[in-house]
Amino acid sequence: MFKSKTKILQLAVTLSACAFLLVPTILSVMAGLTANYFKGISSGLTLKWIYQVWELYADSIFLSLWLAFACLICTLIIGLPAAYGLARNPGWLSRLLEEFISLPLAVPGLALALALLQLYGSMKGFRASWTFILVGHVLYTLPFMVRSILAVLAAMDLKTLEEGAATLGASPWQRFRDIVVPNAMPGILAGSLTVVTLSIGEFNLTWMLHTPYLKTLPVGLADSYASMRLEIASAYTLVFFILIVPLLMAMQWASARAQRIAQ
Amino acid sequence: MSNRTFVMACLAPLLIFSLAFLALPLVRLFLASGEGDAGWAIYLDILRKPRYLNTLVLTVLVSLATTFAALAVSTTAGMFLVRNRFRGRGTLLSVLTLPLAFPGVVIGFLIILLGGRQGLVNQLTPGHVVFAYSALGLFLGYLYFSIPRVLLTVMAAAEKLDPSLEEAARTMGASPYRVVIDVILPGLMPSLIASGAIAFATAMGAFGTAFTLATNIDVIPMVIYTEFTLSANIAMASALSIVLGIITWILLLIARSLSGSTVAAGG
Amino acid sequence: MTLRLTHTAKTYPDGTKALLPTDLSVERGEIVSLLGPSGCGKTTLLRIIAGLETPDAGSDIWFDDDNVTALPVERRQVGMVFQSYALFPNMSVRANIGYGLKMQKLSKPEIEARVTEVLEMCQLQPFAGRAITALSGGQRQRVALARAIAPRPRLLLLDEPLSALDASLREALRDELAVLLREFDITAIFVTHDQDEAMAIADRVAVMSQGRVVQSGTPEDLYRNPNSAFVAGFVGNAMALRGRADGTALHLDGGVLSLPSDGGGQTVFVRAEDVRINDDGPLHGKVETVTFLGTHYRINLSGVTSNLLASIHAGQEAPEVGETVKLSIKPEALMLLPNETGGA
Repeated sequence: MFKSKTKILQLAVTLSACAFLLVPTILSVMAGLTANYFKGISSGLTLKWIYQVWELYADSIFLSLWLAFACLICTLIIGLPAAYGLARNPGWLSRLLEEFISLPLAVPGLALALALLQLYGSMKGFRASWTFILVGHVLYTLPFMVRSILAVLAAMDLKTLEEGAATLGASPWQRFRDIVVPNAMPGILAGSLTVVTLSIGEFNLTWMLHTPYLKTLPVGLADSYASMRLEIASAYTLVFFILIVPLLMAMQWASARAQRIAQ
Repeated sequence: MSNRTFVMACLAPLLIFSLAFLALPLVRLFLASGEGDAGWAIYLDILRKPRYLNTLVLTVLVSLATTFAALAVSTTAGMFLVRNRFRGRGTLLSVLTLPLAFPGVVIGFLIILLGGRQGLVNQLTPGHVVFAYSALGLFLGYLYFSIPRVLLTVMAAAEKLDPSLEEAARTMGASPYRVVIDVILPGLMPSLIASGAIAFATAMGAFGTAFTLATNIDVIPMVIYTEFTLSANIAMASALSIVLGIITWILLLIARSLSGSTVAAGG
Repeated sequence: MTLRLTHTAKTYPDGTKALLPTDLSVERGEIVSLLGPSGCGKTTLLRIIAGLETPDAGSDIWFDDDNVTALPVERRQVGMVFQSYALFPNMSVRANIGYGLKMQKLSKPEIEARVTEVLEMCQLQPFAGRAITALSGGQRQRVALARAIAPRPRLLLLDEPLSALDASLREALRDELAVLLREFDITAIFVTHDQDEAMAIADRVAVMSQGRVVQSGTPEDLYRNPNSAFVAGFVGNAMALRGRADGTALHLDGGVLSLPSDGGGQTVFVRAEDVRINDDGPLHGKVETVTFLGTHYRINLSGVTSNLLASIHAGQEAPEVGETVKLSIKPEALMLLPNETGGA
């Protein structure tokens, strides 16, 4: 009796939590598709708001996609060799370096943005270009890429595999290309999806680093929340959901897979 | 090129990038905090001036409330989802982890849809019920943000709990309630502390949610933002950033040493 | 190819001397085993030969007339079978075996032909397309050997190649490996801690202890004429008969034994198969345990010397536990070796 009562209570808490998370999401989706949110759903469904969002904010969507892609390339170029270097040099120095590059996970984006602005804000060409935002995104997503790959590399006997390739005549570069990269693939995939998902949703740094001519999707969202009618803000949010939810699901799948391999 | 040189060369891009865009900017930020009229005493000003101290207290209180609420909700739901297999379980789990990818601004907007002037609660209840822009709205926004993160950590830990420990306690005559107190909670404790620290740190530093909701109330991230953009009080903005950064960094360091996991703190 | 090492040593940065200055030569086509307990430096020696460890200054490694001491591993043209096999999980069996050939920049058809040939030799044709994870331990071991041999290395090195297998499989593959190595007609060095393995596979065994080669010779030679107590103990499990030597008489707790020569300053060793239960024997001991092993009994006896003495007893029935029996040992079965100074 007691047991079933506790279960009912647990179920009630779980369902309330689900409702708390889901109801506003549904409200937002509905608002984005209703002709007039005040009158409710009876005013009819429409794609008018989505169309208006496209007219107003298409640039921000493309900028976000472009930034996410550029960020992915940068984190791969920096993060993949770095993860390998860290995996091959286990020791306190590597731990320290890993801890240091993970600072952007802990320190609020606002603080990092202030730091970047104060050091580079006076370099006008750099400050005003999209690469300034890119730096922020790379800074924030890099630790995820490095750790994701490092976890997979640390789980295998990388040293012996490489020695095996070396006795067969492979140079350091060939070993990296033929052995390290293919075996790190699950970590690379999980890291890449994480980087893209986080880059598209990044607001804290981006809000501080952006210029009026360079608005990313989340910056545009904040803009629309402040100045547009509720339906347009909702429709814009819906566009964001459509973009981010599949990415999130792919990321969760890839991370679970990489974690299985790393165990 | 020898193997050692190659491995070292692999670390070079990381070193250059993090030196240029992390180490040097943080040093600059720290130096900037001491360049105001007050000099290094600015860190004392945070505690001396009511405006900053009150904000700090409010931020800590809202963050604490968020932490305990998120722990209570997520532990209950997480244990339930780990221990029971039923139809629709996967759907519930998806719903509960969906907001992982929502940035703080979006969550702020969702809270407005719940408790804003045009919000659901205001429409359903007689009278004027608007809470989105108060401390309660901020609390709900942070809670929305934290539930999925705490849930994942707790579920991962709960799955590793050895069921035979509970069974052993039951055979020795412990009631289900005692089992929770004596076996389950102690087993989950490291991950509860870890995810609690993450929730607290995230709430302390959350900018996006505060940016949409905190129009009437002050929390630290908003003060940093306004000091920097409106008052051009760069020294104070830097000092507050440093203090906030150190607090969240230490908390996440504790969290990681306890759970060994990394959960995104941003948003 | 002949291998020659002179003055080769290895000291780790923390000062540990893993290998003391060692000289070793291996003739063309010879199969040499480095035998010793863990930590004796045998794997370090093998890895130095492979080029995976850098030896101390003053060391010299010659492959025929080439001094390869400074040559990096990838240019030494050695084949190596690792203890864990180190097969590439991202490649099929065929791709693993072909990898070394690809590194030699051979043409596709050449690689195909050579891989097929090696697959056949190692009886791996049915598994050619499989993933490494889909292979059993024994199959993996053969793929590792095939991969090492495919590029036709100058020297084949094997690091405990059988230790990752379970006991029943190990014995079968041991004989198979001995046959294959001779078929390949290659100079090979393999490291093991298992004396049976070394005896079964190698032409010559180099016994190592505490960073040095203590004796090197044919398996028969080492078994019959060990030059130290360590070799006698490690190869063939000889037991020490501790007592007081008085000229050619050895006074033990369980009686007096006559020695073939003066026992002063020497320790006397004997193997279990030479300790006979014999009613006319000069020694006596008490039966502690009796283990039936199919073809024979293994009997542990106390009271003969300070430690337990084992006897291999081939009779149809064994004495009872607790019984006192008479024992004899032929003088020619006794091995007199200089007293150990220090450890081992």
